[in-house]
Amino acid sequence: MTQLLVGTKKGLFVLEGEAGSPFEITSRAFAGEPVEFATRDARSGRWLAAVTSAFYGPKVFYADDPAGEWEQAAGLELPENAEAPLERLWTIVPAEDDDHLYAGGAPGVLFESHDGGSSWELNQAFWEQPTRPEWSPGAGGMCMHSIATWPGDPSRVALAISAVGVWLTEDGGKTWRSGNKNLYPRYMPEEAREDTLTLCVHNMHRAPTQPERLFMQFHGGVYRSDDAGESWTSIADGLPSDFGFPMVLDPADPDSAFVIPLVADMDRTTPEGKVRVYETRDAGASWTPRGDGLPQEGAYLTILRQAFCGEGSGEGMGLYFGATSGDVFGSGDAGKTWFTAATKLPPVHSVRAA
Amino acid sequence: MPVVRLRAPLSELAGGNRELELDGSTVGEVLQALEREHPDVRGWILDEHGAIREHINVFVNRDYGRVDTAVGEGDRLHVLPAISGG
Repeated sequence: MTQLLVGTKKGLFVLEGEAGSPFEITSRAFAGEPVEFATRDARSGRWLAAVTSAFYGPKVFYADDPAGEWEQAAGLELPENAEAPLERLWTIVPAEDDDHLYAGGAPGVLFESHDGGSSWELNQAFWEQPTRPEWSPGAGGMCMHSIATWPGDPSRVALAISAVGVWLTEDGGKTWRSGNKNLYPRYMPEEAREDTLTLCVHNMHRAPTQPERLFMQFHGGVYRSDDAGESWTSIADGLPSDFGFPMVLDPADPDSAFVIPLVADMDRTTPEGKVRVYETRDAGASWTPRGDGLPQEGAYLTILRQAFCGEGSGEGMGLYFGATSGDVFGSGDAGKTWFTAATKLPPVHSVRAA
Repeated sequence: MPVVRLRAPLSELAGGNRELELDGSTVGEVLQALEREHPDVRGWILDEHGAIREHINVFVNRDYGRVDTAVGEGDRLHVLPAISGG
């Protein structure tokens, strides 16, 4: 049985089912509210959801049972010297030490919890980055969407922000530096590309069994780093487009990545009306389309950056993604075949396996 | 004292109260008094900088109010979601 947490424009849906057949909606929470992201911390069993009400602002809620009572977490706010209040929370990620979690949000902010998500505090060192006044947001705001921990080493973390590039720490967040060498922002004038900080990372993941390796979906580009995020190599050759948002890795295979290409930044839909996931098993040297069971005609979908996830690893790895059309698709064999897990949900913001 | 009128979910965060008498000579002061009396409301109407959230309207009787709008005895503050969203 697979349990999916699907964050949508109109609430959190919990879906349950077996790969290969439609899933059942087993509960819904935050009806009517945009749920940007939801996850379950496997260490504590606690469910966490980032909810951004258009009226009441961004909050994190937590629960032991998604169908039960959700409590509001404390401390997710910006200091008095901020020009504007906290805009949105984009991701929640368990850290490497007990009860420690990270949350990323806009405008380019990192929060930490040391009590399993009940209370949070701003990472001051990142907030006080001297270049912050020069930072620019992407179309969705200045969102910190990717937080890549280093298995077994809580001191090393990589962050990615749209559009402020990659940030690295090796001292548990006391100091930060950028890691953007060889990223190619073709949306900037040529003379400004060399030293710009306006680097629109869409998604970034670390290979857990080879943690110096990271993969990135960029705003026009797909990249790999083999030096823990210091520098990047393009691996987009062989894809129908280098534009897209989400990315998933097989945690057991450091040479693996899955992406869902969209046409381009000016047409953020699946190319040729065909929905295809692309897989590499050789670190980006080649890509294989995986569309068996996915819509292959008249399907112009948009899949957002948090709306794709994996479950397990290897040949039986589960893959699940949702589109702004409200459709959710899944695979129980690492992308070789696909099925429709749900349709007619509200626009999907995020998908995570519990 | 001014009277604050709330609807769900704000009334639920305020202990189930749909109407409360609270101290204050401005809209901001009254809403801060509401937060002190019912801390669960904190961050829902006013943001962390004390501004009324962008898509919340606070009416003083029948007129739009701002944080610095003066209020007095018997004024009614209606806290309502704006007509926005999608």
